[in-house]
Amino acid sequence: MLKQYSFEETAVQTFDEKTSLAMKTENLQVFYGANHAMHDADLAFPKNQITALIGASGSGKSTYLRSLNRMNDGIATVTGKIWYHNVDINEPTVNIYEIRRHIGMVFQRPNPFAKSIRENIVYALRANGLKNKAELEERVEKSLRGAALWDEVKDSLDKSALSLSGGQQQRLCIARSIAMEPDVLLLDEPCSALDPISTVKVEETLLELQKKYSIIIVTHNMQQAARVSSQCAFFHLGHVMEYTPTGTMFSNPQIPVTQDYIAGSFG
Amino acid sequence: MEQTNFQLKKQKSQSNDWSARLHHATRATREDWMGKGISYLCIGVIILVVASMLWFITSKGVATFTQNHVSLTKFLFGTNWAPDQGHIGALPMIVGSFAVTFAAAIVATPFAVGTAIFMTEISPNKGRKLLQPVIELLVGIPSVVYGFIGLAVVVPFMRHVVGGSGFGIISATFVLFVMVLPTITSMTVDSLRAVPRHFKEASLALGATRWQTVSRVILRSATPGILTAVIFGMARAFGEALAVQMVIGNAAIMPKNLISPASTLTSQLTTGIGDTIDGTLPNNALWSLALILLLMSLFFNALVRVIAKRGQLKHER
Repeated sequence: MLKQYSFEETAVQTFDEKTSLAMKTENLQVFYGANHAMHDADLAFPKNQITALIGASGSGKSTYLRSLNRMNDGIATVTGKIWYHNVDINEPTVNIYEIRRHIGMVFQRPNPFAKSIRENIVYALRANGLKNKAELEERVEKSLRGAALWDEVKDSLDKSALSLSGGQQQRLCIARSIAMEPDVLLLDEPCSALDPISTVKVEETLLELQKKYSIIIVTHNMQQAARVSSQCAFFHLGHVMEYTPTGTMFSNPQIPVTQDYIAGSFG
Repeated sequence: MEQTNFQLKKQKSQSNDWSARLHHATRATREDWMGKGISYLCIGVIILVVASMLWFITSKGVATFTQNHVSLTKFLFGTNWAPDQGHIGALPMIVGSFAVTFAAAIVATPFAVGTAIFMTEISPNKGRKLLQPVIELLVGIPSVVYGFIGLAVVVPFMRHVVGGSGFGIISATFVLFVMVLPTITSMTVDSLRAVPRHFKEASLALGATRWQTVSRVILRSATPGILTAVIFGMARAFGEALAVQMVIGNAAIMPKNLISPASTLTSQLTTGIGDTIDGTLPNNALWSLALILLLMSLFFNALVRVIAKRGQLKHER
């Protein structure tokens, strides 16, 4: 039986004005119909760092993440403010296509299109009006290198993306996202469908990518959060309970619910 | 104490001969045999029926060439159809059948794909509640009703608009268009629904618009399914007899244009089959037409299989 924890007792860090932030949410609420899935999330994400969102299944971390680039449009009702470059991108007048070009997303299950490896990457570039062949080729190579996939696929760019292994597919999805040169990369449990070796490769890729991008990653795997992230937010039953630097989170959790979760008492 | 003893005894008596115990048939194994038997019986009956139909039509159909010694080229490419006088050039009907089939498919496909996109991507709710029943209803209407409406509405309309009798390929195309539309639409809907949701999500997450997502990702990966739908629609149009017969005019002559009376393989069959005597050339010639129909439907089936295989292969390489 799950212990009852008070949702009043939270420990959420804020950042002073000197820290440059990639994104910030204020009072973010998400409703699936009558189901209040996310309560009052106030989180700020520093630039060029990896922030991990951890928590048990159903804690609302994926729901929260999907709100950040408006992927919940048409699925759930999201209220509150999402600040990005001092614009509230949760306003209905905001161009969602533009947002998703700047805030990319990689999903839990590797989901390359049933097209060739090259086509997977140029698809979105073309959709954005990039037509120059040389430039497209350049972007393909650059993004595949960025996702640490280039050496493995450079001779078979015309092969179907579905012929790649799961780990390669997921890195292709990352390449596909960074080909758009976004600011922020959202990853929704990117390694949960991968074997340990592929997971290590993806993690190495992320650590490399944080030099250029701000990364927010949802993960089930606490070791993964500890390995890759600088900041760590713990979600519980639709509430953000604790948000601290990752070192603090794992060595010195501030509140009982986090302590119990880190210790493995539930989740 | 007594009970324990009893259980021990029972176990002992059973465990004496493990080989017999593990080999003997129980109710479960007998049910298995029975189920297998019934399935094989059903399959056997179906195979028997199909095989005898194929054999029957083929043997009757080739009699024109073996018994009446009509040359195959004359039959396939001759344009004079007068079986009573020994002329059986089937080209007018072959051309008529292909003309109405392709014309109906070409007209119906854009409407069908558009409707299917509306039903799956643009307004799934209205699609399910409103359009789905309409389409199911359209499939269920007997072909004689379509033919009757064609005769009462389309033919007079064509007569009024373009002149002539109003009977002809264009009227048949119109009737067939309405008849194959629900077939193509509902199968296209199925193939669009079968496109994995994560393709759509991935595309949207990359900043692609809804239109880009539909046209470049969803339609692309549903293409084999849509082609299959079109071929099924064509097979239906090719095989449709009654409705076509009622509006095409049934003149076994080469169609010179789209608005003069023509005929198809099926319309010629239904028109002529009652007036011929078994075993004579006019009767055998009709069986030959039926053989062409059969071969065409086999061809359509083979095509569907090839497309399905291609669609799979593309992504396994």
